[in-house]
Amino acid sequence: MDSVTIIGLVSIITAGFTIAIGGMMPSLAEGRAVAKALDAIAQQPDASSTVSRTLFVGLAMIETTLIYCFVVSMILIFANPFWNHFIG
Amino acid sequence: MRISPDEIIFWEYGFINLNLTIVMTWVIMIFLVIGAWLITRNLKTSINKRSRWQNILEMIVLLIDDQIKEIGLKNPKKYIGFIGTLFLFIAVSSILSIIPWYEPPTASLSTTVSLAISVFISVPVFGIAEKGFRKYLKTYIEPKFFMLPLNIISEISRTIALAIRLFGNMMSSGLVATILISLAPFFFPMVMDALGLLTGVIQAYIFAILASVYIAAATQNEE
Repeated sequence: MDSVTIIGLVSIITAGFTIAIGGMMPSLAEGRAVAKALDAIAQQPDASSTVSRTLFVGLAMIETTLIYCFVVSMILIFANPFWNHFIG
Repeated sequence: MRISPDEIIFWEYGFINLNLTIVMTWVIMIFLVIGAWLITRNLKTSINKRSRWQNILEMIVLLIDDQIKEIGLKNPKKYIGFIGTLFLFIAVSSILSIIPWYEPPTASLSTTVSLAISVFISVPVFGIAEKGFRKYLKTYIEPKFFMLPLNIISEISRTIALAIRLFGNMMSSGLVATILISLAPFFFPMVMDALGLLTGVIQAYIFAILASVYIAAATQNEE
């Protein structure tokens, strides 16, 4: 296998694994956050707007790591610097 | 498949080029400035004679004011120019994507990094304006001297996190819509577009709230 093939192969496999493994933990964390928020709303319905707002902000924070993984896998597939260096 | 509006170039001269990101940024700026100028031409204070647009603007401004006060900044008038502009720019750049042939400029890393750098610069500016030079620099050494490199690293990393969070969300919504159109056209991409609008406004809110939290952390005086 020459180096061009190896770069293509490893890039694609890594991109798949990045988004697959990186998507597991944030999803679990978001599920727990929503569960606790629902508990809080059930206990105190008056505070539901504050709880909802804080929930959304917290979900966006948790989603940040997921977005990092997504950006890395997109870069590996579409804007791969090593691929462009060898081909273009 | 392109991942950034930086790649569509209209005009080039040396290393200066006019790409889609710059054109779309100017479109948003013109939209905001002309809209605001048209609405605030004759402001009225009585309840009866107001135009509905003035009411809308007042609602938006009061909402941002309340949010800033909730974060803990005592005098929102000093900060609402900066934080409100951040929120409005990012929210409008996401909402205008219902217009065809429009790409949000925040889907390019250039725009988001420049917004994050402006937040990075504004935090010491507001901190020094509020507390004075020495007291602001002293906050880097609290609570113990060895925290100095950790504080500096945390400043830099949260700036980078701001940029990448916004870029990732905007780019992913555009890219998902593009991929889905090639797979299952007509109905499903529309639903994903609507979800993209929602996440765009939420990301604008989060960007503005995080910027105000960083400014509040820099300007609060010890109790």
